[in-house]
Amino acid sequence: MFLRLLSDIQWRAAHPKWRRMTSSQRSTSTTAEPHPVSLPAQAQVVICGGGIIGTSVAYHLSKMGFKDIVLLEQGRLAAGTTRFCAGIVSTARPVSIELKMAHYSNKLYQQLEQETGVQTGYMKTGSISLAQTQDRLISLKRIASSLNVMGIPCEIISPKKVLQLHPLINIHDLVGAMYLPEDALVSSANVSLALATAASRNGVQIHERTSVSHVTIQKGRVTGVETDRGRIQCEYFVNCAGQWAYELGHSGEEPVHIPVHACEHFYLLTHPLQEPVSSSLPTIVDPDGRIYIRNWQGGILSGGFEKNPKPLFTEGRNQLEIQNLQEDWDHFGPLLGALLRRMPGLEALQIMQLVNCPESFTPDMRCIMGESPTARGYFVLAGMNSAGISYGGGAGKYLAEWIVNGYPSENVWPLDLKRFGTLQSSRTFLRHRVMEVMPLMYDLKVPRWDFQTGRQLRTSPLYDRLDAQGARWMEKHGFERVKYFVPPGNDLLDLDHSKTFYKPDWFDIVGSEVKCCKEAVCVIDMSSFTKFEISSTGDQALESLQYLFANDLDVPVGHVVHTGMLNENGGYENDCSIARLSKRSFFMISPTDQQVHCWAWLKNHLPDDSNLVLEDVTWKYTALNLIGPRAVDVLSELSYAPMTAEHFPSLFCKEMSVGYANGIRVMSITHTGEPGFVLYIPIEYALHVYNEVMNMGQKYGIRNAGYYALRSLRIEKFFAFWGQDLDAFTTPMECGREFQVKLDKGMEFLGQEVLLEQKQNGVYKRFTMFILEDHDTDMDLWPWWGEPIFRNGRYVGKTTSSAYSYTLERHVCLGFVHHFDEKTGEKLVVTTDFINQGEYEIDIAGQRFQAKAKLYPFSSLFTQRRRKDEVELSGYQRE
Amino acid sequence: MLAASCCDRRMCVCPGPRRIAIPVRSSRLPLLSDAMPAPAHLFPLIRNCEISRIGSTACYCHHKHLCCLSSHFAHSHFRYAPQKKFAALYRPKEHFNHFIHARDYASTPQRFYLTPAQVNSILKANEYSFKVPEFDGKNVSSVLGFDSNQLPANAPIEDRRSAATCLQTRGMLLGVFDGHAGCACAQAVSERLFYYIAVSLLPHETLLEIENAVENGRALLPILQWHKHPNDYFSKEASKLYFNSLRTYWQELIDLNSGETTDVREALINAFKRLDNDISLEAQVGDPNSFLNYLVLRVAFSGSTACVAHVDGVDLHIANTGDSRAMLGVQEEDGSWSAVNLSYDHNAQNENEVERVKMEHPKSEEKSLVKQDRLLGLLMPFRAFGDVKFKWSIELQKRVVESGPDQLNDNEYTKFIPPNYHTPPYLTAEPEVIHHKLRPQDKFLVLATDGLWETMHRQDVARIVGEYLTGVHHQQPIAVGGYKVTLGQMHGLLTERRAKISSVFEDQNAATHLIRHAVGNNEFGTVDHERLSKMLSLPEELARMYRDDITIIVVQFNSHVIGAYQNEEL
Repeated sequence: MFLRLLSDIQWRAAHPKWRRMTSSQRSTSTTAEPHPVSLPAQAQVVICGGGIIGTSVAYHLSKMGFKDIVLLEQGRLAAGTTRFCAGIVSTARPVSIELKMAHYSNKLYQQLEQETGVQTGYMKTGSISLAQTQDRLISLKRIASSLNVMGIPCEIISPKKVLQLHPLINIHDLVGAMYLPEDALVSSANVSLALATAASRNGVQIHERTSVSHVTIQKGRVTGVETDRGRIQCEYFVNCAGQWAYELGHSGEEPVHIPVHACEHFYLLTHPLQEPVSSSLPTIVDPDGRIYIRNWQGGILSGGFEKNPKPLFTEGRNQLEIQNLQEDWDHFGPLLGALLRRMPGLEALQIMQLVNCPESFTPDMRCIMGESPTARGYFVLAGMNSAGISYGGGAGKYLAEWIVNGYPSENVWPLDLKRFGTLQSSRTFLRHRVMEVMPLMYDLKVPRWDFQTGRQLRTSPLYDRLDAQGARWMEKHGFERVKYFVPPGNDLLDLDHSKTFYKPDWFDIVGSEVKCCKEAVCVIDMSSFTKFEISSTGDQALESLQYLFANDLDVPVGHVVHTGMLNENGGYENDCSIARLSKRSFFMISPTDQQVHCWAWLKNHLPDDSNLVLEDVTWKYTALNLIGPRAVDVLSELSYAPMTAEHFPSLFCKEMSVGYANGIRVMSITHTGEPGFVLYIPIEYALHVYNEVMNMGQKYGIRNAGYYALRSLRIEKFFAFWGQDLDAFTTPMECGREFQVKLDKGMEFLGQEVLLEQKQNGVYKRFTMFILEDHDTDMDLWPWWGEPIFRNGRYVGKTTSSAYSYTLERHVCLGFVHHFDEKTGEKLVVTTDFINQGEYEIDIAGQRFQAKAKLYPFSSLFTQRRRKDEVELSGYQRE
Repeated sequence: MLAASCCDRRMCVCPGPRRIAIPVRSSRLPLLSDAMPAPAHLFPLIRNCEISRIGSTACYCHHKHLCCLSSHFAHSHFRYAPQKKFAALYRPKEHFNHFIHARDYASTPQRFYLTPAQVNSILKANEYSFKVPEFDGKNVSSVLGFDSNQLPANAPIEDRRSAATCLQTRGMLLGVFDGHAGCACAQAVSERLFYYIAVSLLPHETLLEIENAVENGRALLPILQWHKHPNDYFSKEASKLYFNSLRTYWQELIDLNSGETTDVREALINAFKRLDNDISLEAQVGDPNSFLNYLVLRVAFSGSTACVAHVDGVDLHIANTGDSRAMLGVQEEDGSWSAVNLSYDHNAQNENEVERVKMEHPKSEEKSLVKQDRLLGLLMPFRAFGDVKFKWSIELQKRVVESGPDQLNDNEYTKFIPPNYHTPPYLTAEPEVIHHKLRPQDKFLVLATDGLWETMHRQDVARIVGEYLTGVHHQQPIAVGGYKVTLGQMHGLLTERRAKISSVFEDQNAATHLIRHAVGNNEFGTVDHERLSKMLSLPEELARMYRDDITIIVVQFNSHVIGAYQNEEL
């Protein structure tokens, strides 16, 4: 049987303990066997799924001291995607958190055989990623930059060197390559079995052929698991069901939405070459040809990510079908063509089999981990986007930490289940989106990429109006937002041609929008922001919010406060502005993608009091941001109310009429630091108010603007953005927002201790602004984010966001600076002097640019007269 | 000079999205003095085409069916033009190669190429598909649906198409209409003929019911459900006039009540003849509204062929007048495709037809009746709607033209009386009806104007449509199994299969697919993009030289239903 070929499983040699536990005399037939060991009635943790992910979670949980763990597998261990997996462990990942997971996995697998005695087939072969184009080489160099600072060996090599490392390759169309000598090959099923063996030795009970029918949830907490063999009471449930994670999530009364969808994935196995391929031959990844090639038992194994993937199981299917998927040679044809172009010498090689192995994909090509926003104790780790082996070890470790410690040791927000809501859970959406995601695996990943499928789901009432005026759209959490407006008669490049690492084609368009924001007035539709209302009958609202937020919310009615919710470690769980509408009600504005996370955080932390009402009013309001010095004039003409700073100071909120519409919530904040207002308009008035503003604004030179202009403005003003610059591991002290923390507000708040400690002892990283000095905007590569920062030639941190400042006519990068001890690498306190007394360089794809570091924004940027609350303003954070 | 330079520019511009559509030209015909093209040395043949086109001014629309007439004019006006080159006009395909070469040698820096996307948007502009709706997941009709499409060569296109489901009786009607000397007649026939057929088929009671409804101003039972492409229009202005004529027809049917069940063959023949009669009468009577008056005259003086299919269960009737053609695609037991003609062309190539015409006129006219393969030396189809020039007496023609509007009076063509015109009528609209009982192996029916048939053999049509409808889906997946296959062998095999599929996958419409082949086929019988691109980028003045309007309807049959019918009958 072929399945055995891939994973010469050392069942008997290893004699794993769990095997004896479950069945002492197991035959190899798959017919139903009795289950000699009955399920326990209760456990602390129940893990569903016996693939690489489930076993990894079990392994790490048991290592971290959890004893009472049960792992349930509907078929056999490592029988799903894990069994068919190509077994490549590679750290060639563009994003740092994934890179860390892959790096950890590699180290884990390397010592696993020694630890467990189970042969894992681990072989350090290295891998070579090929570049057929200069753009591809740039993307590889960017990866190389971030690997180098992490201490992972990595080298950009010439095509000739490629030939030395791998004699079969045709190098004529190559411009370069990246060589990762540490990358490895494993037998994925055996790794999974080794992890299971180790877990079992640590006391994890493993039960095969046991299916979970649903998870019972009471009062928002997991209470137990119903299986076909009875019920287990448990505190934690971990859904590691891979392709079946979606269905399992929906099986209970309270659905847990896990947006994964399977696609068919094909790879080819061949008979050995005449002169068998060495088992240490490096793995080849040829993203421009959309294929990967590894050595396999003297022959090769080659698969790829085609442009036209075949999604499957959209309606949900039973697990057995995974075994019977058909080979589809016609579909594989283009990849086979790419393989023979890359290795022409293989023409005469005999085919053994074309394997069809479904892989599960997520809407944004990143895996899903974390706790359900609706059911506490319900954890998920799924949607590996065909990198299950590479991520499995690291992801399992993070999830185990999450369960044991309440939070993983790294910022995993980009992978958090809560970045998705119910809206990404439509099967049609998923089917369409994964068809875009799978080819993206090998597409060139350029800055500012927007998904094209599953669009126009959430829109502002002004969508059509803005679209007709040349709006170009991007999407955030399903919401369409304007990037910029293309003036009439101004044609931009089409999608494929606009992909660039250099100066983009919209440069001048955004420049003119920024100019208008600075000199006249612009309107930006910001309806996507998450909006909550918190109210109570008594003082409960104020009291609970005072505990959750770092700033003092006991301000006069009509005031707006910039603040955030911190976790116990003082890190930002949320970043928002809160307006006090009345004594007992508050209006809270958070970033768009926080809708689910912020809701869950509040729900989990607010007292269970029926007099305290939390409501999501995001859909009720359209938000128009009027930015610019003439915003005052436009608004006062429309409302017949004086809007000058004397009458309407900054950080102020008032309900007023605009045009005919009454009850418009006007706030004197702009999200950019420029003067202006945000209008929160009940949606039925949106079109009216927009028309009024545009008509009245004409004489002040009003125009539409988009988020790219906003981004440029906020970054040159040194405003941090949650999710990009700020995360749960960043405290206000570390990003220069001490003024937003009221340590002496008279009552305790979450995270206070850590902040107090930091105030006394200093911080270990510091949010810093860098102005690129010798960077030519027209000719040089643009920074994006994730670029290493060097101080006096030594690595000190990475950038988190960047933008071109049209005012400074320079690129501005924001990022964190650490102080690593030169000898031990230990993190030391970062002082202002440390920041100021250093020569900085930013590494963009291997090229270093001089940068000037600043801890405070340029005051000269403010064309307006200085305001009393300028400091307050400048610290304001926004998307 | 104006016209020539304009045409020149259009050929040389770089491809760009705005030029996807065939440029619309003003209806004004080029003046004589405009006719000398600028780079005359490069395009000697084109120049001649242009000239002959100008010669045809009187004809308004230069059409093959009547092109003898135009050559006649051209000849008299341009005696220096060598006869041979005009001959080339009648063989568009040969001429094409000359033209392409002329283009190739011209060292114009920019070349006009349509991208595959542009080609597709031209080919797909008029495509239409209809799928018979299913109830309870079952389609009980013998028709699964149809695909139709048109590719214009004339501007405006002179072909028309119609499709409708009969609501008061069973069955579906589909037809293609090839107009000549303008599109007015084809337009009128495409709007009206199916109503005449439907009414002819209606039982007495239904006719009474309808008449009562009209009499009492009640809502009328719908007779037809049309399946129209947005570009297929009905003339609003004439609807009242048309309705009155139709009503007179059903009133007569009511009076005539024979009590017998309506025979489809009879109904089709009656409907054809009656409509042609009405067209003729309306033109003679005229209309007080000057616009309508001009319209009915244009309808009567232009002409149209008609090829109509009526499908009801396993009974397929084809009524044909003129040289459009109906062809049945049959799948043989071995899976191969063969074509069965379900109509006879009414033209000079059909001996029976020549015989029929000769029988209808005195022996003395035998020589002048068919000249140069044309009726009276002028008209290619031997049967047609309209064309009163070949039906009315000379006196009637003169009277109508003289009393008619100025536009008609000034028109050289309408005034012109065919030579040797002694014993009208020479032309009839009476169709030949062929009945065919559908069998499970009859997979589809192709109705098309001669624009298709003159470029493709019916056997190729059957094969291409057959493979399109079934071939792709039935291509067996490859399985390696236990065989010894190398990567190279597999790659070769897959490339071959892909080439076969790729041309099919581009089209969602069988008619579009057929047009792609008709226009773009190279000598190997496969679609050649370059050729397709060149053919479609011809300026419209030239397009007509290389191809005719093409209109195609492909009806797909439901073999399961037909099989069930057959079993019932057994």
